[in-house]
Amino acid sequence: MVFLTRKIEFSASHLYHNPALSAEENRRIFGKCNNPYGHGHNYTLEVTVAGEPDPVTGMVLDLKELKDILEREVMHRMDHRFLNKEVPELTGKIPTCENIARVIWDLLEPKITQGRLHRVRLYETPDLFADCYRNGTGAFNREG
Amino acid sequence: MAGALKTELGRRYRFAASHRLHSDELSENENWRVYGKCNNPFGHGHNYVVELRVSGDVNPATGMIANLADLDAFVKREVLEPFDHKSLNEEVAAFRRIVPTTENLCMEIYRRLKTFPHAKLESVRIEETGNNSFEYAGERGQG
Repeated sequence: MVFLTRKIEFSASHLYHNPALSAEENRRIFGKCNNPYGHGHNYTLEVTVAGEPDPVTGMVLDLKELKDILEREVMHRMDHRFLNKEVPELTGKIPTCENIARVIWDLLEPKITQGRLHRVRLYETPDLFADCYRNGTGAFNREG
Repeated sequence: MAGALKTELGRRYRFAASHRLHSDELSENENWRVYGKCNNPFGHGHNYVVELRVSGDVNPATGMIANLADLDAFVKREVLEPFDHKSLNEEVAAFRRIVPTTENLCMEIYRRLKTFPHAKLESVRIEETGNNSFEYAGERGQG
């Protein structure tokens, strides 16, 4: 099994607000992320695909194809967007790193047909990230 | 297809501390042979980066596995305050008995953080320098 990782960066704005909670609770739970005008991040996305290299091409999947999938599914949807309002998959969800990573997983998994999607890691800042993977497959660096 | 989708939250913290690698069970020569310049009796220091991963259900009301403010406060109290700008050998009780290699540091920090009440600690990875890193994920080494 070989793990192949492709990295892309996008910039987007968001805010955290749950309309089911009071203004005070929103401020308490979400702190400055509750600013109604929103704020932004430079996100870094690492997508890892696992598979056996094709005996003819030597590739798990064609990187160009992965790049096109990421462009179509992630960049077009999220780059330079206001995540709360412009990404329908996030409607009704708080656009935390956890939830965005999950949405990206759901978008990518059915599109990756050579190899299988192993891990989505989304960095909101260099010191904060969320990982998504399927139970039983282990994290990237400790394959189960 | 493998199992259910799992989400983890990763967070990086920094502290600076000094240490000396020296074992009382080894002779002076053996200590020098094993630890080299890290055995310098006056110690030396590093800027450590601690990377944690925690897992749990994403709370639908908050979109979070754990509130970062809670995690940050816990790590600050349990690790950063007792370790930052300290001598690990002299000022952290665990390292009176064991050598403060980064392997042992990973295990000590894991021990301190596994009681975090709001999510399950998956692993502690420490970068001792930009070129060395160590990771400990509990006894079984898998989440």
